[in-house]
Amino acid sequence: MAVYKRPELIADAPSGYCPGCLHSLATKLVAEAIEELGQADNALNVISVGCSALNILYWSGDFLSVAHGRAPAAATGIKRTNPERLVFAYQGDGDLAAIGLAEIMSAANRGENFTVVFANNQTYGMTGGQMAPTTLIGQKTTTTVYGRDPQTTGYPMKMCELISTLEAPVYVARFALNSPKGVNDARKGLKKAFRLQMEGKGFTFIELLTNCPTNWKMTPLQTLEYMNTNTIPYFKPGVYKDKEAQA
Amino acid sequence: MVEIHAYLCKNCGYCVKFCPKQILEIGTQRNRHGHFYPHLTDAGACISCAICASMCPEGAIELPEKGDA
Repeated sequence: MAVYKRPELIADAPSGYCPGCLHSLATKLVAEAIEELGQADNALNVISVGCSALNILYWSGDFLSVAHGRAPAAATGIKRTNPERLVFAYQGDGDLAAIGLAEIMSAANRGENFTVVFANNQTYGMTGGQMAPTTLIGQKTTTTVYGRDPQTTGYPMKMCELISTLEAPVYVARFALNSPKGVNDARKGLKKAFRLQMEGKGFTFIELLTNCPTNWKMTPLQTLEYMNTNTIPYFKPGVYKDKEAQA
Repeated sequence: MVEIHAYLCKNCGYCVKFCPKQILEIGTQRNRHGHFYPHLTDAGACISCAICASMCPEGAIELPEKGDA
């Protein structure tokens, strides 16, 4: 028996992501979790706009590419009309926490029975590294060249904390993908979220802390260290809501 | 035993960093996309922990079978 096999839900070709980008690792983990649950033929990926849209070429399973920020709205319709399918929205932080903030909060508040996978790399990667709502204080981007100043741009948005305050979501968790432990935890968390969805429990939200070597202007290994010293102290990994464990 | 699919590698170095036995290193050959890719320096020392495969963003490393390293 194989110890580790590459998931078949991702294409047998290099991804469109930059070298060291944890978006491709996040996609791979989602694929692994779905295959471990035996739902590969049943899964439907609702792909948003941004670097997450590179999944159009990378994801070998069913997918639907939707308007900017509207992945939870589209997923709502898909899941309500196809309740037997495993539906998840794959979104980045610019897509989910900026333009799509209304959609994600509304879908979470309604307790729609699908999963949102939120890849948080604290920048708008695809458009050239502009400031995102999740950009850290002091972090330099192409629109905050002296570092993000909360006086003019506010504070980084903590989506897991926000969503966990709502009544309806059943599982809300954040994982950091910059270490083997974080990756293992993320795999388990994704699997749990998808399982809860297939059991019809309700809305599940998984935030994955990722990096952007290109726009952070670092080597891939430097970004992992930056995440340890800057990202993780602010966006603390952990399970923020778990109705199953509380029950 | 670790199986490295060179054509998928983008030379991020995560596998080399996280190998607990430190038996992976980036070689001097380039793949068809122009990236240097890793190889095992001591196949006998591999413990099949699959951390390299798990951390590889591109899924360029697989461990087909256990214990025959």
